[in-house]
This record gives sequence, C-alpha cells and structure tokens, in this order.
Amino acid sequence: MRKFVVFLCTTFMCMHLFAQVQSKVKVDTTHTYSIANITVRGRYLSKELIPVQTLQGEELEKLAAHSVADAIRYFSGLQIKDYGGVGGLKTVNIRGMGSEHVGVFYDGIELGNAQNGTVDLGRFSLDNMESVTVFNGQKAEIFQSAKDFGSAGTVYMQTRTPSFSHDKSYNVKATYKAGSFGLVNPSALWEQRITKNISSSLNTEYLYTNGKYKFTYALSDIKDTTATRHNDDVKAMRIEYGLFGKIKGGEWRLKNYFYSSERGFPGAVVLEEPGKFTHDADRQWDTSYFLQGSYKKKVNEWYNLMVNGKYAYDYLRYLSDPRLDETVALYVNNHFHQKEIYLSTAQQFTLSPILAADVSVDLQRNLLKADLNNFVDPKRWTVLSAAAASLNLQRVKVQSSLLLTYVHESVNQYGTAAHDKKKFTPTIIISWQPKENGDLSFRTFYKRTFRMPTLNDLYYTSIGNSSLKPEEATQYDAGLTYGHTIYDHWINRIEMQLDGYYNRVKNKIVAMPTSNQFRWSMMNFGKVSIKGIDVGVSTGWQISKDLQIGTRITYTYEKAQDLSLSKDSKYYGGQLPYIPWNSGSVILDGAYRNWDWSYSYIYTGNRYTNSANIAANKENPYKTSDMSISHEFIWKKTNFKLTAEVNNLFNQQYEVVRCYPMPGRNMKIILNIRL
Amino acid sequence: MKKYFYFIAALTLFLPALSSCDDGNEVSQDTETVVDSDSGISSTDSIQGFYLLNEGQSGQNNASLDYYNYATGTYSLNKFGTVNANASIGDTGNDIEIYGNKLYVVVNGSNMVQVLDATTCKQIKKISIPNCRDITFYKGKAYVSSYAGTLNWNNSNNRLGYVARVDTAELSVSDTCNVGYQPEQMAIYGGKLYVANSGGFMPTYDNRVSVINLSTFKKEKDIKVNVNLNKMLISKENELFVSTNGDYYYNTSKLYVINPATDALTDSINVSVAGMSKSGDSIYVYGAEYSYLTSKTTISYHIVNTETHKVVSDQIITDGTSIASPYMIKVNSINKDIFISDSGSTYGSPGILYCFNSKGKLKWQVTTGVGPGHMVFTKFKL
Repeated sequence: MRKFVVFLCTTFMCMHLFAQVQSKVKVDTTHTYSIANITVRGRYLSKELIPVQTLQGEELEKLAAHSVADAIRYFSGLQIKDYGGVGGLKTVNIRGMGSEHVGVFYDGIELGNAQNGTVDLGRFSLDNMESVTVFNGQKAEIFQSAKDFGSAGTVYMQTRTPSFSHDKSYNVKATYKAGSFGLVNPSALWEQRITKNISSSLNTEYLYTNGKYKFTYALSDIKDTTATRHNDDVKAMRIEYGLFGKIKGGEWRLKNYFYSSERGFPGAVVLEEPGKFTHDADRQWDTSYFLQGSYKKKVNEWYNLMVNGKYAYDYLRYLSDPRLDETVALYVNNHFHQKEIYLSTAQQFTLSPILAADVSVDLQRNLLKADLNNFVDPKRWTVLSAAAASLNLQRVKVQSSLLLTYVHESVNQYGTAAHDKKKFTPTIIISWQPKENGDLSFRTFYKRTFRMPTLNDLYYTSIGNSSLKPEEATQYDAGLTYGHTIYDHWINRIEMQLDGYYNRVKNKIVAMPTSNQFRWSMMNFGKVSIKGIDVGVSTGWQISKDLQIGTRITYTYEKAQDLSLSKDSKYYGGQLPYIPWNSGSVILDGAYRNWDWSYSYIYTGNRYTNSANIAANKENPYKTSDMSISHEFIWKKTNFKLTAEVNNLFNQQYEVVRCYPMPGRNMKIILNIRL
Repeated sequence: MKKYFYFIAALTLFLPALSSCDDGNEVSQDTETVVDSDSGISSTDSIQGFYLLNEGQSGQNNASLDYYNYATGTYSLNKFGTVNANASIGDTGNDIEIYGNKLYVVVNGSNMVQVLDATTCKQIKKISIPNCRDITFYKGKAYVSSYAGTLNWNNSNNRLGYVARVDTAELSVSDTCNVGYQPEQMAIYGGKLYVANSGGFMPTYDNRVSVINLSTFKKEKDIKVNVNLNKMLISKENELFVSTNGDYYYNTSKLYVINPATDALTDSINVSVAGMSKSGDSIYVYGAEYSYLTSKTTISYHIVNTETHKVVSDQIITDGTSIASPYMIKVNSINKDIFISDSGSTYGSPGILYCFNSKGKLKWQVTTGVGPGHMVFTKFKL
C-alpha cells in the first residue's frame, strides 16, 4: 500500500500541471480556506521516462493561439513549416527526421493520411481541445495500440471529455471570435449528462477569413513594397459529436467528426510586375469524416483490455482554373477519395507488481481513388503487431517493445504494386532515479522506426515509383528531468527537462527532377544525421494570494546534416533545409483575480533553404511575439469571458518558407459565454 | 534543494549563450573567380565574354546571371545582383539573347522579359509577358514564345501558346499570334518564324512546328513532326533542325530536319537531344533522356554533320570527365571551346560550368548558380 502511495506521489510530482498549491500556514480550524482549483485531468504522463511536452487546460486556453500548429511552436525540438495565413499548410517535423515520421493522434487514434503522409495541423482548432502533447520516440506506456509504437515522434490531440459539477447536468458554451483579415469564427459546445454513466458532447465551429494580409517585400528598384496576399481565403466547418460512457473498471467513447473546408492557394511571392496578374486560379476543397470508438476495461487484477476502431473518409478536390489567371496554361481539376478502416486491440497483463506485458494488434485497410489519368487505384493492408514489457523497480524503470509491421498493396491494370514489406522495429526505454522519489531522474531511449512510402510517392501518375523502399530512422536519446515543489516560497514550482539526441535517417524519399523541371520522380536518395539538444524549463510563482505567474522556456540546438552526396562534394554535411541551429520560445502567463494574461515569444535562428548552405540560400532569423489578455465576469447569472489577442505584436515581416510571407501584426477579440 | 534550484537557474541563463555557437560552416563562394583559360581569344575578336543564365528553382525567386570576361579570365557570379543593387532577376530564367547592345533575359516564373544594357548589365526595362519561354530576333523586332495564349475552354480547357512581337526600340508588345500548345524555341528563316510546340501539358503532347509569316504576323501552317518538340536551330546550310524530347516511353528523343523552302520534313537523325549547339557545319548534342520503362536517365553525347545529316561522333568529352546531369551545351565559334554545364545531382544546389577544348579535353571549371541552363556570347567587355 505504502509503495502505491509513494508511486502516486511520484506521479503527481512529475505531472506537468500548474497546480496552484496554497503555501503552508498554520491551520485555523474556524476559518474556511479555499484551495485554488487543482485540475487533475488527462492521463498520467510519464515525464521521467520519455521526453514529453504538453500544453493543456488553462495554459492552452490563455495562449494567443488559434490552431494546434500555433500551439506546438512553443515546444522544443520541433520545426513547423508554415506557408502563411490561417489557410496555409502547416506541418510539423520532430527532431529533423521529416514530417512523414510524425504520428498525429486524435483522442488516442491515429489520423491517417496514406495519400501524402502528413497532417495539416493548421486545420485543428483549439476550440474543443483539452491538451496537445508531443512525445519523442513513443508514449512511455505499454498499454497502447500497436500504432502508438510505430512513429518516430507523436503528437496527441486530446479533446474535452464532458465533466459536470455535481448539481449540473449540462454545459453550454458559446464562443464568438472576430479579428483581422475578416475573421469570423463562431462555435458552440453542448455537453449533456444523459444517464449517471453516459454523457454526450456536441461541438460545432465555423471559420471564415479573407486572408488578405499585407506584407512587405524588397524589390531592387522599389524599396519595401507593400502588397496584399490574395486568394488566401478559408471557409471551414467542423461538427463533432461524441458519446462517453463509464463502465465498471473502464470507459468507452464514440466520436463522429466532420470537417469541410474550401481555401485558396496563393502560391509563392516572386518578382513580378506589381498588380499585373491575378493569381486566383488555385483552390482546394477538403472534406473529412471519421467515426471512431474506443473501449477500455480493467477486467481483473492482472488483465486490461482496450479495443479501438475507426472508419474514415477523406475527399480532396484540387482545382487550377486558367480562366482566373492568365499565366496558368494547364487546367487541373483532380478529385481524390480515401477510405480507411482500422481496428486495434491491446491487452495488458500485469504479471507482478513490478512487471507488466502488453500485446497489441492493429489491422488497417486503405483505399485511394483519383481521377488522374491512368490512376492505379492503390489498396493497402497494414498489419501491426506489438509486444511490449515494462519493469518497474523503485528507482529504475525499463520499457521495451518490438513492433512488427507488414504491408501488402494491390493496384489495378495501370501499374505494378509495390512489394510486400515486413519490418521489425525495436524500442528500449530506461529511466533511473538516483534518489527514491527524488526530484532528479535520468533517462535514455533507443528506437528504430520506418515510414512507408506514401501512396503518392509510390503511385502518383508519372511521378510515383513503386520500387521505393521505406525510410528508416534510428534514434538515440539521453537526458534528465528535474522537478521540485517548494512550499513557503514565492517561486513554488520548477521543472526542467534536458535531452541530447542523435538520429539517423536513411533511404530518405526525395522528389528529383528527371531530365527537365517538368518531369519529376520519387527516389530513395537521402541520408541524414541529426544531433541536438532540447531543453525545457518551467516555473510556477505565487507572488501574492491573488497573483500567480507561470513561465515556460524552451531552447533547441539542432545540427541536422545532409549526408546524401558523396563526401568530396562541397555540400556534403550541409544543414537540412529549414532547420535552424538555434531556436527557442518563452511563455509568460499569469492570473490575477479574474484577469488572465499570456505573453509568448518565439525565436528561430539562421537556416538555409537548401542543403547547399551558400549565402544565396540563407534565410534570416526571425522573432515573433504574441499576447493575450482576458477578463471573466458574471452578468445575470451567466459566465462571460472577454479576450483580446494580438499576434506578431511587433509587426515583424518574416517568412518561414522562402517566398511565403507571413502576416504582420493582427488581432482577435473573443467572447465566451458559459451556461 | 536550494543548490539544485540555482544550478537550474544558472543553466537556463547559460543556454542562450549557446545560440552563438556553431551556425555551421557556410560554404563560401567567391563572387569572382579567375580561371586560367588559355582562351586564344584576342581583344579584337567578336566574342569578348559570355553571360550564363542560371534558371534557379521554381517558386524560389532565385534565377541569376553570371558573366565571364575573356580578357581577364574572370568569372563573376551573380553579375546582375552586383550591378543592380543586389536585386534578384526573378523566378525561373528560361532564355537569354543579345540583340544590338541590349541583353534580353526571359524570366518565365516572373512573367517578364528583363531588358538589360549588354555593355553594363544594368536593368533598362521589364516587359511583362505571361508565361514567356524563349526569344528570337528579326529586323528590329523581338519574338517571344509564351504558354499563355487563348484559352480553349470548351475543348481541352487549356491555353494555346502564342508568339508575342516586341519592338526593340519601344520595348513593348505590339502584337501576338496564337500557335500550338506550350511553344518553346523558335527559328527564323526566309521571312518566316518557326516555333516548336511541345504540348508538354497535354496528355498526348503537341506534335507540330507552327509557321508564322512575319510580314502578316499570322500563322500560315503547322508542320507535323513528332511529339514534345523543343529545341530548334537553322544550320549553316539553311536547314531547320528541330528536336523532340520523346514521350519517355517508346517514342524516344530524336532530331528532325525541315527544308524551309518547302516546309517539308526531309530527314530524321537518331540522336537523343536534350540540348544542342551549332558550330560551323556541326551540331554538338547532349542527351539526358529519362525513361519510365527503366526509371533511369541515359546521358549521351553526339556530333552531327549538318551537311550530310550523319552522326560523326558519339563522344564529345574525351578525357573521361564525368558530368552527373548535363544541363546545357554551347560552342564558342571563335576558339571552338565546348561548354557543358552540370546542374548537379541534387535539386537546388549550385551547378558547375565545364570548359572543354575543341578536342574534348577539360580546360577549366567553375561553380555557377542553380540550374546553369542558358548562355549567350557577347562582344562587350564588362
């Protein structure tokens, strides 16, 4: 029993929360003390075992961030490639390995995109998001689906689970966001307790922005020309409906998710006669739907069962209409339909108080249809099977897993299917605490993963190459965490994690032009070596009874070298495109009575647009600041919250990707009403 | 406890100092390189230098213009930027020619022709022509091929190409004439302009050479040749040579001959042509032909005699110098040096220009910009 309590306390200390703990004073039993809210929601994050970063609850809400992509900029060891504006594509790359190596999970089930292997994180608003968490390697949890073992790094988006204060059976929240560039963004949430054990949640959101932001660029003869971004509008609608149930020893949930959007593609900003041509030809429509369910039950003392299932449908239409742009010669109107069916079981066996084992099996079917000329209609079966074990001694913890992946594809008469792929990938994670329940903990992990060529890489008409091999990644990590709570002091919480890592990727799939710029093909060409350090420090301060402050600092040093060319090439070992050597972020947030505020800052250092690191390819460093301030008040028994947000506070003109300028200073006003 | 805390605090303050360390080693590039050229060019020759146009990467706005001076043997990287206050010449340079004392650079991705002073490389004017590709001249007029012609909406939904006529004194477009799909290079003979239509965006390409009568500036006819036509030149014997890139499957790259007196197809020569350059009665050809059947690119070199239409050699480089991705070939008509550029094995990295003597032995090489694709000789010393 005592061990369990100790274990629970260690868990609590390692959880990344801003629990505001009252300083220790002599207790006066005649006085009613109120303890500030301690939100203990979310899963137990084994922070000491694996590098993990999370933004959740109030801290996430306070951040002047609109989408998941905006929020994860504050994590170390990540690069976001952002093509600008609310509608621009935003993909995440963890520790330089490539965005296709990142697994993105929504409520614990992976979001697929077998077609191009990446998920546009700009699509996911923070409106109903409880937490966003990034793991390097894998979640340090053996009781998970086989998929959770299969990515080099993972992003977990967890939506709100309904919770009701004991006298209420419903929650209603209406939000209205308005702001720069014609932003109109209303949303509504209705959570309802249906029975003692079942509740539902309905969340809808609509977004419109005209995307017409001003930006400045330099022309030789016209210094600092200001132009407006065109064809960058977005219209999107999201509806989520979920059912949540509690059963003896477990829970289940079922969720419907529907998303539909239309957006313009503004293209690169290059030298051109100002205003001479309108580039309104390119537009994209997306519709995504999925139905996913999860069932978890602790059957008895030694057996835990989890079953997950999902059906997903994704539709993409890409249009390039020459009638809307004189310079466009080719009419494109492509439609893509993807279907995915997924089923997973995980079974955990607690063999002894210190030893547990898990067996997980996942089965997935993907289909892709497109109206491209002679499209091969690829179909793919993926079977993933993982065996994992965890050993939990008092000061030493070990987790190891072995994942077997088997992929089988078939195509129609227009092409040849790729060969079947079978791969074993192991992981081992070890952590050690020098002092039992001490503040300091050391950890290390070794992990091998691979990423399958996407269906586009393999089969896209004229460009695909069905003989592509998967990319393979090997990761080594060693680091430490330190977490300390100080009572009776104005700085009452400090947490730190520091990790050094070395990653290698081989057989990197690269698009190469063939004999001229119009004909490309996909090839396994690249080889990459990445060395880096990720640091994160967060502190909590209780300045006075009413004033709390939190700080969060991250810093990343990353040397990601392209080793694809021969050693005697001048460009051998050049830094990979768009990966800065130095980057970091700071978040300062606070609460004073009914006021909340947050100031955040991001720094991205020098980087190059190409592994040929020449002066012509250098991209300047940039810094951006965001700020938000909000006030909560009650009026006519209803809870109101008003927030003002400013993004890019100092109106820095910058670009993340060359020729894709980012918006300057812009703002939002948000009104929340809670019933 | 306290000492842990102060250690951590100290570490957090120390970390930003790391930001000054190791920005990597930038690969330095000399703006000016002197090559020991042993050129055999005297100060009275009609070639005193050349301009090299680097295409850059599409959507990166990094086309560039280099200049080489024969008298000093100096190769100047990004001469355009040096002379024009660090400006970029634009996105995707596609052709370069000199007419009179002006230098015309066709910048496809920037939808303009940059007109420069050929004696100084200074910008004079930018002429906007959407999706412009190539340029040629005749009697005070410049002719620019472009993909952006009339939209054939109810038929293929794609645009025809056109040729724009530009007055070289006024530097503005005076007229346009529709041709086939995705026209590329042009050649003029006997008062007629011939243009190679590639049809590169069409599912079955275009297979015609369009003929424009320059006195009416109307398309007279189309000559059916083969798909995906690209390069053109008029030989010493006044015949029109036009190449096809092939269809990357069974229809391979070849060279065709048209008699401009009759506008009839008279011959075909079985050499793979990705680029070609005339010298006297020879055409120097390189091929870099990709095949979807083998997923491989085949590099080849040939010399064709324009009088006999026969292949006289299947080798240009004689000393074993290996070029990973040949991107351009150009012969100096005075000293017979052969220039072949290499765009490199990875996309987006700088290329290399190789200079071979007339016997095919390497004389010198120099680093260029990205995609060294087009060269023009000049009588001007900069």
